[in-house]
Amino acid sequence: MNCKDAQNLINGYVDGELDLVRNLEIEHHLQECALCSQGYKDHQVLRNGIKTGSFYFKAPVDLQRRIQLSLSKAANAEAGHRVLPKWWLTIAAPMAAAAIVVLALVPFLRGPSGDDLLAREVISSHVRSLMASHLADVPSSDQHTVKPWFAGKLNFSPPVEDLARQGFPLIGGRLDYVDNRPVAALIYQRQKHFINLFIWPSGSDSDVGTKTVSRQGYNLFYWTKSGMTYWAASDLNSAELQEFVELVQNQPSPKS
Amino acid sequence: MREKDRLARFEQTILPHLDAAYNLARWLTRNEHDAEDIVQEAYLRAFKFFNAFRGVDGRAWLLTIVRNTCYTWLQQNRAHEITTMFDEEIHSVDSDASNPATLALQSADQQILREALDELPVEFREVVVLRDLEGFSYKEIADIVNIPAGTVMSRLARARERLKQLLCNRGNLA
Repeated sequence: MNCKDAQNLINGYVDGELDLVRNLEIEHHLQECALCSQGYKDHQVLRNGIKTGSFYFKAPVDLQRRIQLSLSKAANAEAGHRVLPKWWLTIAAPMAAAAIVVLALVPFLRGPSGDDLLAREVISSHVRSLMASHLADVPSSDQHTVKPWFAGKLNFSPPVEDLARQGFPLIGGRLDYVDNRPVAALIYQRQKHFINLFIWPSGSDSDVGTKTVSRQGYNLFYWTKSGMTYWAASDLNSAELQEFVELVQNQPSPKS
Repeated sequence: MREKDRLARFEQTILPHLDAAYNLARWLTRNEHDAEDIVQEAYLRAFKFFNAFRGVDGRAWLLTIVRNTCYTWLQQNRAHEITTMFDEEIHSVDSDASNPATLALQSADQQILREALDELPVEFREVVVLRDLEGFSYKEIADIVNIPAGTVMSRLARARERLKQLLCNRGNLA
């Protein structure tokens, strides 16, 4: 093997892409040739420099949200473009009429449907936070790190308590978007289960007692206390999640 | 409803590779805002062609689209940066065999190394990013960049040789 061949192959060698025969050939050449041997060392330093340097650009926090927004717009547009067959019209009117009747009854049958929509939103946010390893914008178990982090990002200050001693360690905080507004999301952990606690101002002073609902295998608890609305979402079993909820509720109210 | 399912499946398989997409776009455009726009556009394209995705590796598939989106964008906005018909020979680097060990790369200064990487022609920069930052195999890189598998090694060789030269020049200046 000559040096010109070797200079190319050193790359494959460094990258572990050579077959056995070539590998042996290049090793042999490197032992004999000081020049190529130095070149090989330089390659390694270079490669390690690139690999260990902080050269990897992570996506900005809000990029994912913007992409999801434009994706769901695209999906809706796509669904809207589907041309409906003509016969569809003949049954559309009766169906619409039936739908109106059903919708009118829904509030009486199932309570406020606002909660229902919100439950869906909260679950989506919860699932999304687990899916794309974007659980926490500020990963910290220290409430004195997490709480100030929200200042300047939200126009309210969510109460943040670490509940590690009670078996629910704080993992971090995240800015989220629920109910058409930015909200605080606190992440807690119970063994292998994560709990997202969403908090935003309720807009009224009256407290609302705890309600619970279960959907798609997730348990949700929600309540309003001291002017803040809380939604806790997790795949944790209902009993333990309730324990968590009671811990949160029994923390001293935020001053002011 | 079918569209909803498609979106859910897309978000599950493709969205987790957002960092890789952004990293590549950021290195190819060398500008964070352009990179964000390109990644967003690439995701929309990917979603559009998601039915064509049969593979197992969502990351390689997505990065192929990100790369193409980058090149289209570069052609429109910074055509001078891409040499149409990139010629391996023209871009080959004369390694001066009579001048050994020019480089005492004991610990390449991070800042200088970053700048050197930024200065590489985009065709070189992308193979280094795909190999050393993303850890793709030569075969995968060949697919993403759309060059023959045999070309990947020689292009990497030239890219790294060029990097070394850039570092040397800087080192001499410093």
